[in-house]
Amino acid sequence: MRTPRLLALVAATAAAVPLAACGDDSGSDAAAGGSGKITVDASDTDCKVAAGQSDAGTVTFAVANKGNKVTEFYVYAPGDRVMGEVENIAPGLSRELIVELAAGTYETACKPGMIGKGIRNAFQVSGSAAPLTEDAKLAQATKDYQRYVKSQTGALIDKTTEFVTAVKAGDIEKSKALFPIARTYWERIEPVAESFGDLDPKIDAREADLEAGQKWTGFHKIEKDMWVAKDVSKSGPTADQLLTDVKTIVDKANTVTLSPVQLANGSKGLLDEVATGKITGEEDTFSHTDLWDFAANVEGSQAAIAALRPALEEKDPALVKTLDERFASVEAALGKHRDGDGWKLHNTLSQADLKALSDEINALSEPISKVAALVAGK
Amino acid sequence: MQRRKVIGLAGAGAVAAATAGTVAIRATGGEPVAPPPSDMIDFYGERQAGIITPAQDRLHFVAFDVITKDKAALVDMLESWTAAAARMTRGQEAGTLGAVGGSPEAPPEDTGEALGLPAADLTLTIGFGPSLFDSRFGLRAKKPAALADLPKFPGDTIDPAISGGDICVQACANDPQVAVHAVRNLARIGMGVVSVRWSQLGFGRTSSTSTTQATPRNLFGFKDGTANLKAEETSLLDDHLWVRTGDGPDWMTGGSYMVTRKIRMLIEPWDRTSLLEQETIVGRDKGQGAPLSGHGEFDEPDFAVRGDGGEPVIATTAHVRLAHPTQNNGARLLRRGYNFVDGSDGLGRLDAGLFFIAYQRDPRRQFVPVQTKLARQDQLNEYIRHVSSGLFACPPGLRAADDFWGRSLFA
Repeated sequence: MRTPRLLALVAATAAAVPLAACGDDSGSDAAAGGSGKITVDASDTDCKVAAGQSDAGTVTFAVANKGNKVTEFYVYAPGDRVMGEVENIAPGLSRELIVELAAGTYETACKPGMIGKGIRNAFQVSGSAAPLTEDAKLAQATKDYQRYVKSQTGALIDKTTEFVTAVKAGDIEKSKALFPIARTYWERIEPVAESFGDLDPKIDAREADLEAGQKWTGFHKIEKDMWVAKDVSKSGPTADQLLTDVKTIVDKANTVTLSPVQLANGSKGLLDEVATGKITGEEDTFSHTDLWDFAANVEGSQAAIAALRPALEEKDPALVKTLDERFASVEAALGKHRDGDGWKLHNTLSQADLKALSDEINALSEPISKVAALVAGK
Repeated sequence: MQRRKVIGLAGAGAVAAATAGTVAIRATGGEPVAPPPSDMIDFYGERQAGIITPAQDRLHFVAFDVITKDKAALVDMLESWTAAAARMTRGQEAGTLGAVGGSPEAPPEDTGEALGLPAADLTLTIGFGPSLFDSRFGLRAKKPAALADLPKFPGDTIDPAISGGDICVQACANDPQVAVHAVRNLARIGMGVVSVRWSQLGFGRTSSTSTTQATPRNLFGFKDGTANLKAEETSLLDDHLWVRTGDGPDWMTGGSYMVTRKIRMLIEPWDRTSLLEQETIVGRDKGQGAPLSGHGEFDEPDFAVRGDGGEPVIATTAHVRLAHPTQNNGARLLRRGYNFVDGSDGLGRLDAGLFFIAYQRDPRRQFVPVQTKLARQDQLNEYIRHVSSGLFACPPGLRAADDFWGRSLFA
């Protein structure tokens, strides 16, 4: 079977395994994994997965969105570790998810409207799998996170393209609706983006960040055009530049492999972003859509921790339990501010609401700050 | 690393001691200053330190809300706090790995700003507020009657956001950075369990709590705390300060109740008030602090003395009269307040005043009646606003290293 062999290889060569060996491009090898395609009928209220189990190996899900909302499909290992996902499946479209699964207990999830925990189903994979060594678990973490980045950047380009198209068409209402959604994919992987020095400010600089004489480009420039000037007739060039910059950064992001320590620091960095920019409403000062960015930062942080989870389980199970509880607690606290498929505007939250959210982020950030030293093994 | 050890080293090795891993020591005239030998206050004892301890010069007071519903998590945190507090009051870092001794990949266990500083007489005093005794942790039956919420006093302009709290810590030290360091590290240890509700910095103690201390001045320029309860007055302390067996629940026996009031002073109008009127309002002379009926600071005020026109020398509305034990059924307080200046307000006025702290055996018989009288009649009210209020039950001291804050309360 493919999976154990692959894992053994990873164990032997540790972090040096080239990314080409990982699951996303392994569709041609599907026969070795056992089952054929498993169909998923997704609607706005239902997620019908044709089979609840599979043999270990490559599993292919064919996801058809028969609802009216854009949906996503995920396969989770325990602790919501994302094993594979397809983002941004528009109504009427079908997409495939090819995922490498070792024996174990999983969950599938459709997320109509792309929000919340989604509609979950149990998914059991049988077969044998060699236990991973600690180094292999860490190598696997970087691989898993790389896959996450890839899925997010794909959606980032798609949604930024839609946003830019709407801006250039002069459709200000549609542009406003797409603005926080496109930013969601950006905010989930911001620590990766930030590693490319000058591109990050070109895409995401806030007006307050600018030096005297510096040209302002990116999301927030268009945000001001939409919400303050209420005129996007001159925003076309900025929009085009944004898409170019996003595509450039995505190309670069997909060549980067983050080390386990970088993953840990990234998960902390995302929460710092929340604590410094989103709680205060500084991020989206014109649109007040900060809670979209807030949620995305937390999701990105959780994805990085989830990738590290197997290694952390071995090193400090109590910490994993604490992190699970506190992520759940943040999610519950943030959930109070849902508004339909989106979020309430930052300027409608009371000081007490913001204090409660700030407490939650502090409570989560302290244990997360311990993860880097653990995975560094010191 | 032990902070005090660093100091000792620096003292011995003179200027050259500021090598890697140590921190340069404050110096006067190029000579390192060794701390005085008496810069450490014992954290353990029959009473909590920081009550009758000779008042230090600096304060960082903090009130927390408990945000967990998990009693075990709260008790765990109190245990961690106690360990850190015991270390910090000895001049050590908050955790055993300290500010620089841990993994390079991990955030330092101690925040580091007190490296190289002496213990500076740091005391950390804990109190539990009335709100802690609701249904969350099953403490209703343990709530002392004396911990009844303070009433609203006439003229109060209390801001709830800077009032109350489930737990408070009073950090006092002779170095402001040492006090701030202690509160910062406790707040950090408490993340996820407690959340800082409000905090207040103070400087320039406004009371003496020992006869060895000179009486300091508050920001009105008057000596404050002349008639305070003092550490040496042991029988008065037993009557007025310490909770006795039978006063209430056992866990508070040997403890004391703390009232805090942030009192904003209307500085600019006060400064335009004539010396005569200032002294009349206070009832003491501004230079020496003597009661207007006497000559020396420690002369007992004589409220019966009348002046030329037959008017009482100490006015019926003078602060010293209204607050005096003889006018309040003998009620006395151990005051331990500090001046504060929080910069200036948007109108260019000094945002300043007195952060009043008073300890007592039972607020219902001490602070409440005295403040009721002051709030109604004190002429000083024209120049002050009470903007924050707190009440906390401070249990007795910890006897040994295996004891921890709140153990008898949560037992």
